[in-house]
Amino acid sequence: MAKTFTKPRSLSDQYTHYCPGCTHGVIHRLVAETIDELGVMERTVGIAPVGCAVLAYNYFNCDFQEAAHGRAPAMATGIKRVRPDLVVFTYQGDGDLASIGMGEIVHAANRGEKFTTIFVNNAVYGMTGGQMAPTTMPGQRTTTSPAGRDVQQVGMPIKVAELLAALQTPAFISRQTVIDPKSIRKAKQAIRRAFEYQVAGRCFSLVEVLSTCPTNWGKTPLEAVDWVRDTMLPYYPLGDLKTPED
Amino acid sequence: MQSEVKFAGFGGQGILLSAKILAHAALEAGHEVVWIPSYGPEMRGGTAYCTVVIGDRPIGSPIIKNPRHLIAMNRPSLEKFAATIRPGGVILINQSLVPIGSGRDDVDELAVPVNELAVAAGSLRAANIVALGAFVARSRILDFTLLRRCVEAEFAAKPKVLRINQDALEKGRAAAVG
Amino acid sequence: MGKILMKGNEAIGEAAIRAGCLNYFAYPITPQSEVAEYLSWRMPEVGGVFLQGESEVAVGYMLFGAAGAGERVFTTSSSPGISLMSEAISYIAAAQLPAVFVNIIRGGPGLGGILPSQGDYFQATKGGGHGDYRLLVMAPASVQETAEMVMQAFPLAEKYRNPVMILGDGLIGQMMEPVEFPDHLRTAPSNKDEWASSGMSTRGSSRRNLVKSLFLDPETLNNQNLLLKAKYDRMKREEVRYEGYNLQGDYRVLIVSYGTMSRVCRTAVDNLKAQGLEVGLLRPQTLFPFPERAIREAAGKSTCRAVISIEMSMGQMVEDVERSVRGIRSVHWYGKCGGDVPTPEEIMEVVRDLDDGGCQTPGCICDKE
Repeated sequence: MAKTFTKPRSLSDQYTHYCPGCTHGVIHRLVAETIDELGVMERTVGIAPVGCAVLAYNYFNCDFQEAAHGRAPAMATGIKRVRPDLVVFTYQGDGDLASIGMGEIVHAANRGEKFTTIFVNNAVYGMTGGQMAPTTMPGQRTTTSPAGRDVQQVGMPIKVAELLAALQTPAFISRQTVIDPKSIRKAKQAIRRAFEYQVAGRCFSLVEVLSTCPTNWGKTPLEAVDWVRDTMLPYYPLGDLKTPED
Repeated sequence: MQSEVKFAGFGGQGILLSAKILAHAALEAGHEVVWIPSYGPEMRGGTAYCTVVIGDRPIGSPIIKNPRHLIAMNRPSLEKFAATIRPGGVILINQSLVPIGSGRDDVDELAVPVNELAVAAGSLRAANIVALGAFVARSRILDFTLLRRCVEAEFAAKPKVLRINQDALEKGRAAAVG
Repeated sequence: MGKILMKGNEAIGEAAIRAGCLNYFAYPITPQSEVAEYLSWRMPEVGGVFLQGESEVAVGYMLFGAAGAGERVFTTSSSPGISLMSEAISYIAAAQLPAVFVNIIRGGPGLGGILPSQGDYFQATKGGGHGDYRLLVMAPASVQETAEMVMQAFPLAEKYRNPVMILGDGLIGQMMEPVEFPDHLRTAPSNKDEWASSGMSTRGSSRRNLVKSLFLDPETLNNQNLLLKAKYDRMKREEVRYEGYNLQGDYRVLIVSYGTMSRVCRTAVDNLKAQGLEVGLLRPQTLFPFPERAIREAAGKSTCRAVISIEMSMGQMVEDVERSVRGIRSVHWYGKCGGDVPTPEEIMEVVRDLDDGGCQTPGCICDKE
């Protein structure tokens, strides 16, 4: 019998440490499929963040570097500037990219660094145990906002894709999610486009992926999917915010 | 034997450049040499100074409290540094801007209308080179022919500027040796 | 090639290129911005990479990434900037990557001042960043030596797969001296295929390389730290460098001093000798590893009555001098850290007092008993 579905070559055999219902695994797969399809695994360097995906290098089969919190875009800049022939991507969460690493991502994007960023937004600090992130929704309870995010005190959640799309330089900025087969297919298309632009020598590309965190949200996997649809999507609309054709 | 020359004036008077040309000439003559600028806020519009140390042995302290010679391109520089110069040194005063003397009788004081001579040579901007020519001719710190070569090397890329500065150098020399 | 007159800061940039480093990332800060200004045109001229980063934090990680990809890379900064880079320096040391950092020290702490200082001795030799790592620290005293040390830094960083720091001060960066770039210090980068995440196909390997510093298992992390320690111990055996001045005679006082400060001390030693007082000078050229044994042996000379560390800081290196002397002589300190470099005359007075048997320096460590 012919195999119709198999693990991408760019993913390792190792089981992930991600919680049940977490969508990191799906996003890893979409990135790995893309690397396979473009045939670039042997010249790809990934950069792992600090956060739940810190161990991403165990799940991919390409070269990897492990960044300090928020600094992946600076490392990617260093790699890509000295080795333009490599395919370089950063994989970052919302605490990493939108809080401590906001300076690095904005300037890398604005310089048009020729790498790709996969930005996983699950509205919370996952690895450290569910603290409030810059992307936490208004009223959302976290371990450091037990009464819910008070926007009078800490402002509204940062819309990273819109913020970066306001820059003139970046090539491709898109926001997607992975909560059902249809959205996963669209997310895959966006991730593939982001990598294709890089391989074609276009400048900076980023895909924000709205993700789930059932554990820290205190929800079942299904409830978490509903929460993304009902609470996050209205505030974080999906779609391509900037394309090279714009 | 070690000699130190302090170049002092306003920012924009070409202090660092004339000092650099002297340092270059000292290097060409086979001496040990250090060029030490003042840096920081002083170089942004206020007084600028720069010291060139020339010696026969590796130069120790680059910090010179009592230089041997002074080229004072403006009045504040003369007032600030005249008293620090070692007896027997040359104090060159830009007479165009400084109406006073050094008040020292144990140094070789030389007042030269540096700005006027520079204008006569073709540009006020060559005042630093007039002063350099006058100073080297008077102090004989280095061979003048060698200095000429270094001025030529500095401005080689700009023939018009070169001619002005060559003239400025000779005017300074003539003013110093009469 | 003959000698040319060059500013220390420009010589640093040129020396890196001559050594074979074609990648430079930096952020402007006085008193070393001339390095970036110089390399902003010189790197493109030789086909190299020049990038002005958005902060010293980012620059540190640009070095981390580039070094991890297996390319020679360096940066220059000054004290507050090095503080910001220190996080990355710790990561680079932990990931065992070669990189070169130049610190042209200015006065501190805080914003401090922009004039010469040696206040970052502790930062460079004892840490700066977090964790059990060390930097190989070289301290030049002239523009020529700065150029040579920059050129030597790259093969040393690669030999140990560890960051190397050149510790200068504002004067080293700002002054001009004749300099000649030695051809024999030009080195080819070592083979990095074993560890660089340079893309598997570019090194013809099917095995991937990881650049990382996270070791959650306690035994693994301890072993990792033992590995680092073994490298630092090897540096202590193989890389100690120092220069003696007037150590042949029957000196009565031994001065230990480095960098620009040591030149001032050399003038003081000459002047005191002319006045009949013999003083020895030992100048550490590496601050880590520190020339402990050389200092102990020099202090042990029978005529030597006292040892003094003279530095542009409030008594930092003196702790290592005291540790080296191990109590066989009294150890003293003299220093200033505001930007005024102590003059030969000041030093002569301090040394004469010591020879007369009495330390007159307020706050000297010998007061503490």
